[in-house]
Formats: sequence, structure tokens, C-alpha cells
Amino acid sequence: MQFFETTLSNGLRVIAESNPLAHSTAVCFYVETGARDETPEVSGVSHFLEHMVFKGTPKRTADDVNREFDEFGAYYNAATSDESTYYYAFILPEHLERTIELWSDILRPSLRDEDFETEKQVILEEIRMYADQPPFGADDYCKALFFRDHPLAGSVLGTESTIKQLTAEQMRDYFQHHYTPARTTLAVTGKVDFDELVTLANRYCADWTPGTLPSREATFQTATKFETLAQPSSHQQYLLQMSLAPGGQDSRRYAADIITNIMGNDSGSRLFWDLIDTGSAETVQMWLGEFLDCGTYNLYLSCSPEMLEENLSMIQRHLAQVDREGVSEEELELAKNRICSRMVLSSERPRGRIFSLVENWTLRSEYRTLRDELESYRQVSITEIADVLQAFPLSHPTTVTIGPLEKVEVA
Amino acid sequence: MDNPIRSHQLSNGLTLLAESMPWMESAAFTLLLPCGSVYDPEDRAGLSGLVCEMSLRGCGPRDSREFVEDLDSLGVDRNENVDEAYTILNGAMLAENLPAALAIYADLVRRPHLPADQLEAGRRVMLQELHGLEDDPQSKVMLELKRRFYHSPWGRPSQGKGDDLKKMTIEHVQEHFEKTYTPQGTILAIAGKFDWEPLCEQVETLFGDWPGEALPPLPAQPPKPQTDHLQYDSNQTQIGLAYPTLPFSNPDYLKAAASVSILSGGSSSRLFTEVREKRGLCYSVYAGYHSLIDTAGILCYAGTSTDRAQETLDVMLSELARLQQGIDLSELTRMKARYKSALIMQQESSSSRSSFLAQEWFFRKKVRTLSEIQAQIDGLQLDVLNQYLAEHPAKDFTCFTLGAEPLEVSHAVL
Repeated sequence: MQFFETTLSNGLRVIAESNPLAHSTAVCFYVETGARDETPEVSGVSHFLEHMVFKGTPKRTADDVNREFDEFGAYYNAATSDESTYYYAFILPEHLERTIELWSDILRPSLRDEDFETEKQVILEEIRMYADQPPFGADDYCKALFFRDHPLAGSVLGTESTIKQLTAEQMRDYFQHHYTPARTTLAVTGKVDFDELVTLANRYCADWTPGTLPSREATFQTATKFETLAQPSSHQQYLLQMSLAPGGQDSRRYAADIITNIMGNDSGSRLFWDLIDTGSAETVQMWLGEFLDCGTYNLYLSCSPEMLEENLSMIQRHLAQVDREGVSEEELELAKNRICSRMVLSSERPRGRIFSLVENWTLRSEYRTLRDELESYRQVSITEIADVLQAFPLSHPTTVTIGPLEKVEVA
Repeated sequence: MDNPIRSHQLSNGLTLLAESMPWMESAAFTLLLPCGSVYDPEDRAGLSGLVCEMSLRGCGPRDSREFVEDLDSLGVDRNENVDEAYTILNGAMLAENLPAALAIYADLVRRPHLPADQLEAGRRVMLQELHGLEDDPQSKVMLELKRRFYHSPWGRPSQGKGDDLKKMTIEHVQEHFEKTYTPQGTILAIAGKFDWEPLCEQVETLFGDWPGEALPPLPAQPPKPQTDHLQYDSNQTQIGLAYPTLPFSNPDYLKAAASVSILSGGSSSRLFTEVREKRGLCYSVYAGYHSLIDTAGILCYAGTSTDRAQETLDVMLSELARLQQGIDLSELTRMKARYKSALIMQQESSSSRSSFLAQEWFFRKKVRTLSEIQAQIDGLQLDVLNQYLAEHPAKDFTCFTLGAEPLEVSHAVL
């Protein structure tokens, strides 16, 4: 494995982790813009724009775009989050030039009015699809309650109302300001020759007009609230919790990640033994959310409505207990094994390394090998866990529950 | 392109398959037992699922907590799945931990405790899953579609029925385990980094003296077309559509799978283009190839707002009917490119390869090498494929919908 990086004259960053033994290549154009960069009136525009990128350019129709990716057997897709929009393809190494040419062309899309209106229907269907699926929008609701006035309170999908009112002109304006080369990173893992990659990036992306890097600074004060939302058509009861955790640039994030694993891994964790193994709940999970200026502990529970109050009390007892008493050496060791083994397994493929590579570079301006990451987890001690729990306790989360229950009594 | 694939037949009927990928750090196994929900007794739907759930609650010298902790110590990333025709146990880990993990799984399939004092917990896990399915319309529509398309016992979901699960006793679990967990027809497939000779020896030691009779084969049931609807309170109507095709064991199956690739492989495929891209009718639409032992189906899905559901179904049906008129060369070329990528990229994942080996052996009693599959794909000629599509039109549809209003299946295609 070897790491390379450079920046083109227009500000586009190009990075690669090259593995000559790989059978495939993973290519990602990562744009640092997402829901947190939207104003409330254009809520959902980043995600809608991600769809519109595939609708064609002055030299390609939408059909051309779909057909050309399929012609060289690419596995490709895109995704939008709170802080980024990324476009990726997993390809055979010999198709690198076609891939770079295609992405770089469509990342300067026409955004035609007619395509905009057709795709608006697809976005509305996507919103309705999620409205039929648990947790029925309660995740966005919980985030909004928790983050209050901070830009991270916004929804990635937007609502039926914001999407219906959005105009193609507003989207074109958003595109101009946010899809600048200075906010974009081209990352490649697997079998790749870096000199060739830089030549291709210059050939196809050098004409992207430079722009500025708008500030993303924001101050916030998170809230601790409890709300029950009635969803009479639901069969199960769902519960979501969020509380503050170390952020994406904080080295304590490794300890925080281990804490969520000890508490809420899908197997072998404290909540697994008391809620899942006993059949008291269908699912319970905890995970760490990483953002630019903060992090979140997240919890998700689904269970039959009559079990909700009992399960919630159990969760509260566990969260308070770990804040008070910390964790044992044995469970720390098991959690490290689970995390490290999963990382090694997923890193065997170029597609398993690409997102970690690009996120380290954009969020933290550093290259970290798989070994570096494993070492950071291995070094976490129970003392450090206790310190993190003191600075970022678990036991006062913002909670939203949704389902058939109209009222929930909290102990 | 080919890695060495070896096999070893144990005298009790268990087959060991192993593909060596020595450059990897990992090894993965797939343990396939030829018992699935088709063997659930008529009045005990879900029993195979409950046996699998109970088998995870302690085995050999370990109680339920030690079982999970031992696997976590070894860093085994695992999952279990009960399907219609088989039960599959998967694990992936660092290569040096493979022997220890195999020893635990030998205990699991041969010496599970099936503890009576945990039956209630195991039953509640199954009931929670069943209850959760009611909030997952996309999964529910496809399970109910399969139930109607394949006929009992073949379309039976492993999740079972609530009333049946509530009546099951620990004796039922033990008896079903004794009857269905057998080395006859069981496949242990390994891929990644390992040494063949010691592996063979270890597998002989762990499984060689496991006795058991073969399960009786179950008669095939040809699908019968039908249309059904279930009232469901939701924004969207869920559409499930199925029609018969060739099973995986048929030498011509690749042509059937190719027709699915034309319908649903990649964004330039017909269903995605016509339903989503041109008309914006839905976010999710797809077709998939699903094979049992003697029967198989092409299963299609779309979810869309109620007022656009009829148009969505009509467009899907007309696309399925249009297959009969054949495909063009560019569609065939794109399909071959997708297959080539998939085959090459499979070599980067030990768990993809172990599950591929197990499936190949289960359905065909042999394993094709990657070059053999590549040659079969390269050999697909346009005129031959078009002749197949003309002779095997999409027909005899089973349609199942979930939502506010039932839909009409055009009689022209029935």
C-alpha cells in the first residue's frame, strides 16, 4: 500500500492509496456539501441535486449516462449526508479513464427544467417510501430537537413541502456556490497508477472554475428532551436517542466508538444481552455519529408497544450505570476484537477502504493506514473510557419515541 | 484467473469444499445444512427458524454467553439465515482463527444445548421479528408473494406463524433438530487463506463421526398463477409480481438469469429506465432471479403512491411482455460487462467465494471455476438468447399487492 496526494491549480484535491495486488479500483468524487449547508427554504436540495447529476450534460443525455456506466460494468452510486455528497464507482482497473471522464462530465450537469420536474416525482416517492418505513421520519425529528438552531438540525431528504416548492433556479444557484473544486476531493483506492490519475484529473477537471470555501462554523447548544409521536398505523414502537459525543476531529472518538460497541453492538453487548437475547425487543443498537464540530451517541430501539416502558427503564439503568462505573477490561478487549476484525475484513477490498481514506483526508487532513486505525483502537484504556464518559456522558439523551402509543411514562 | 478449488467427501455424506486465496489475511466459511422451512410440519410453521435460534444459545462446553464471547474473542463476523431449502451459517475472520471457529460450529450443529429454560426467550425473538415485519411493507410484500407463488411447503417463510410459534415446546425443537441436522447433504465451504491438509484432517476430526440419515426429498410443486391483495394503511402501494423460470440446476439457467439482467441489471436496464427514469413512477423497482431446487421464479418489485400504482404495474407488465421480442446487441454487451466485473471482484472477498461454493454444490453437485463461468457468459450468442426469450415468454403471473386499493392485472398478459 502506498499513499499519494496532490492539489490541482483550481483547488481540486487528488489522493490515492495504491495496492498493486488488487483486482479492482474504487473511485470517489467527494463534495463537501450536504444538509448542513442548506438554508431552511431549500431543505433537501443537496440530495435532490445528487439525483440530478445523473440527468445529463450538454454532451450526454440521462440515458447516455446510465448506459455508459453499464458498458464497462461499473458498480456505481451516490449518497448524500449531513456534511457531504459523494459519487463513487467500483471498476476494473482498465476502465479508470472512462470513469474519470464520465464522472467529471456529469459533475457539471445541465440541470434542465424538464428533467428537474420528472426527478422531483422520484424524490417525492422516496420521501413517501420512508414515511411508510420505521422510524417514520422520527430520526429527522430527533435530530431537529437535539441540534435546535445548529445547521445539523436539517433533514437530508427535506419534506414533501420543501421539495414541491423547490425550483430548478434555486438548485442551479446552490450548485454554483457549493460544487467548487476547492470543496471536492477525488479519491482512489486499489489498483491505480497515481501519475496516470493526476494526468486524467488534469485532463478532465482542470476547467472546473475555482470557487471559495465558505465557512461552516456554527455554535450550538444541544437540548435534552423527551417526546412521544403517535403513529397509529405502526405495529411496533420505536425509540431514538441522541447525545453529545467527541467530534470527528477529536482523538477521543476511538474510545467513544468502543463505548457504543460495548453498550449497543448487535451481538454480545450489554443491551443485546438484556433486550435482544431475552426477546424483549426486536432491535437495539448504538453507534457513533461523526461530524466536523461534534459527534453524537445514537441509540435505536424497536419492540412491541407493551414492552416499551420496561425496555426504556432498562436502557436508562444501563446508561446511568456505565456513566457511573465505566467498563471492565474483559468487555473492552471483546469490543476491540469485534471492531478490529471487522475493519480488517472490510479493508481487504478497495471498496472497503475508499470512504475511510477520503473522510480522513477531508475531515482531518491526514492519511491513516489500516494499521494506524487498528492501533488507535488497541491503545484505548479503561481509564480513557472513564474520562470520555465523564466529559460526554450517555445518560441524558434527547429521546423520541414513535408508534401506536400515545403517551409514554418515563420513570 | 482461477484459484485452486478442492473438495473432500466425508463418508457420512458431508462435503468439504475449499478455495485457496493465499494472498488474503482472512478466511471465511459457509456451513450449509439442507434443512429449511419447507421441512416445518404443517401446524408448526417457523420450527426450523426456532431450532436455528435455539442452537445459538449454547453448545458443547459453552453456555449461551460463552458462545458469543468465544466468537467475539476470535473476531468472527457471523450471520445465520434459514431459507426455504436450507439453513446457512456464515463466518469470516482472520485466517489464523479459522480452526478455532470451526470447532465451535461443529459443536453448534452437533451438540447444541437447546436449553429448555431459554425457550421462551427464543420464541419471543421469533415473535418480535414477525411483529416487526408488519412495519416493513417492502419485505412483507415479497414474502407474501413467494408464499402465493410457490405453494406450500415451498413458499413458506422461515419466520413462521405467531399462533404456531406460541404452541411449540422444547420437545418439538429437540425432535426437529434430531431429524433435520444431518451430515447427509451438508456442505462446508471455505475460502481464503488456509492449509489444505491440516484443514481436511481437522474437518474429519470434527465431523467424521457425525451420524445421520438423509432428509426425504420433497416433491416439486409447479407454481399456479393468481392475483391477491391485502389492505394496508400506507402512503405507497407495494407491488410484487412473479412468473416461473428455469431453476439454477438447469443447464440453460444462465439464459433465464440473463433475462433478469436485461430487466434489472444496472441503471440502463429496462425496468429502471421505463418505470423510474422516463416516468418518475417510483424510487425503487427491480426484478430478481430466485431459485429453489426444482422450481424457480423471476420476482419483481415496485413501491409507489396509490394513485400511480396501476400505471406502474401496467408498465412493468408491458416490459415483461416485450422481452419476448428479444434484446439488441448493446444490451447483451452491457450484460456481459457486468458479469465480468462481478466475477473478478468476487475474488476480493473470501465470504463471497465461500457462499458461492456452497450454493454451486447445493444446486449442481459441482463447482464451476471462474473461467468456466466466464466461458459460458462469453458464449451467450444474441440469436440463441433471443430464441430462448421468444420460446419462454413471461406468463402465468402471480401478482400480490399491499396498500389502499387492489390493482387490475391486464388479462392480455394472463
